[in-house]
Amino acid sequence: MRYHSPESFDDAVALARDADGITRFLAGGTDVLVQLRTETVIPDVMIDIKRITGVHDITREDGGWRIGVAVTGAEMSEHAELQNEWPGLVEAMDLIGSTQVQGRATLVGNLCNGSPAADSVPAMIAAGIELSITGPDGTRREKTENIPTGPGKTSLEKGELVTAVHVPARGDNAGDAYLRFIPRTEMDIAVVGCAVSLRREGNKITEARVSLGAVAPTALLVEDAAQAIIGTELDDAALDALGAAASAACNPIDDKRGTIKFRTHVAAVLAKRAAKIAYDRAGADK
Amino acid sequence: MSSIHVSTTVNGDEVEFLCDPRETLLDVLRDRLGLTGAKEGCGTGDCGACSVTVDDRLVCSCLMLGAEAEGKSINTVEGIADGEKLHPLQEKFIEYAALQCGICTPGILVATKSLLEKHPDPTESQVRYWLAGNLCRCTGYDKIIRAVMDTAADMRKAS
Repeated sequence: MRYHSPESFDDAVALARDADGITRFLAGGTDVLVQLRTETVIPDVMIDIKRITGVHDITREDGGWRIGVAVTGAEMSEHAELQNEWPGLVEAMDLIGSTQVQGRATLVGNLCNGSPAADSVPAMIAAGIELSITGPDGTRREKTENIPTGPGKTSLEKGELVTAVHVPARGDNAGDAYLRFIPRTEMDIAVVGCAVSLRREGNKITEARVSLGAVAPTALLVEDAAQAIIGTELDDAALDALGAAASAACNPIDDKRGTIKFRTHVAAVLAKRAAKIAYDRAGADK
Repeated sequence: MSSIHVSTTVNGDEVEFLCDPRETLLDVLRDRLGLTGAKEGCGTGDCGACSVTVDDRLVCSCLMLGAEAEGKSINTVEGIADGEKLHPLQEKFIEYAALQCGICTPGILVATKSLLEKHPDPTESQVRYWLAGNLCRCTGYDKIIRAVMDTAADMRKAS
């Protein structure tokens, strides 16, 4: 294995483009180094991106935020303004692993690891986050939901890497929330995860995005679930419609963490609960 | 496979070493620098026995490459006592017998020192969540939690 720590994204792209064999980008390393230790994936080339200028920064951009690709979960949780505007995104990231893992783990690492159960990914999708992706042919922007293509797989081409996370402007009367089901209280992998982001006008929901994790080969953006609550005051009928749409979107597997039946049921429960939290947050004074 | 030359600071001392690209910081600390306080329990970031701080951030040294230590400031359990004088946490862990086999203890001391620096007045829940990634199979945690809470109270009185 060769280890590189380039100081620019252009250099990182060039290294990845010219690399032979298996290439891994190293941000927090909380998945990459586990795979190395267990000899699941032994990269030929490891490209550490943490020496690139700006990758540790959370900065204002177009009324929203630009989060550097090496910003850790701990740094997100300690950022009061980000937390105030996007509590669901921050709580989803914060649920990943231990204090030690939070000191290293990153949003983009969680995304590019490609786990269908990644906690931050539904929250990123619900928030409408876009990524800058730089490769040999330049830089493009992509929606979060278009990155994972299956377990352990992404739509990134050889030589491409994510170079920035763009969080949209939160705007007024809006809130987000993320909930997951695990059989214990900490340190576990989601059996089902659900994120909701919405906006209100008075008591009426005017915009919504609902995303589910761990119920399909990739995290899902569930348009039908959003449509079930837009235009409503999140009354019982709207919540039931939301739950039904969430369950209908599920395409899960049976495994040691949960059955198809259980996951499909829990998706509805979590969607309703997350929507209520997001709704209350959207109505609260900031 | 060529070695990588790394300059870093460990417990306040400037240190240089050569390491293989695949070696973790934990491998380097134990096998190249002779600092065997940090333990390898799982090697995959689940147990916390290898906890150290890097630029004051609590991390698992098994989840970081030695090569990534370049220019960083690393603190391990070996740096917690001041010469022969134990840190209040270490004193309290002995007083409460908050350890049995001792494998998890260095990691728990590093983790709780980091906690008390950020949160001098933690709740019991806060301590338990902070230590969720430090597994102990002997004590049942109760004595550890009580030792940490009592240390925090003493350190607040002393400051």
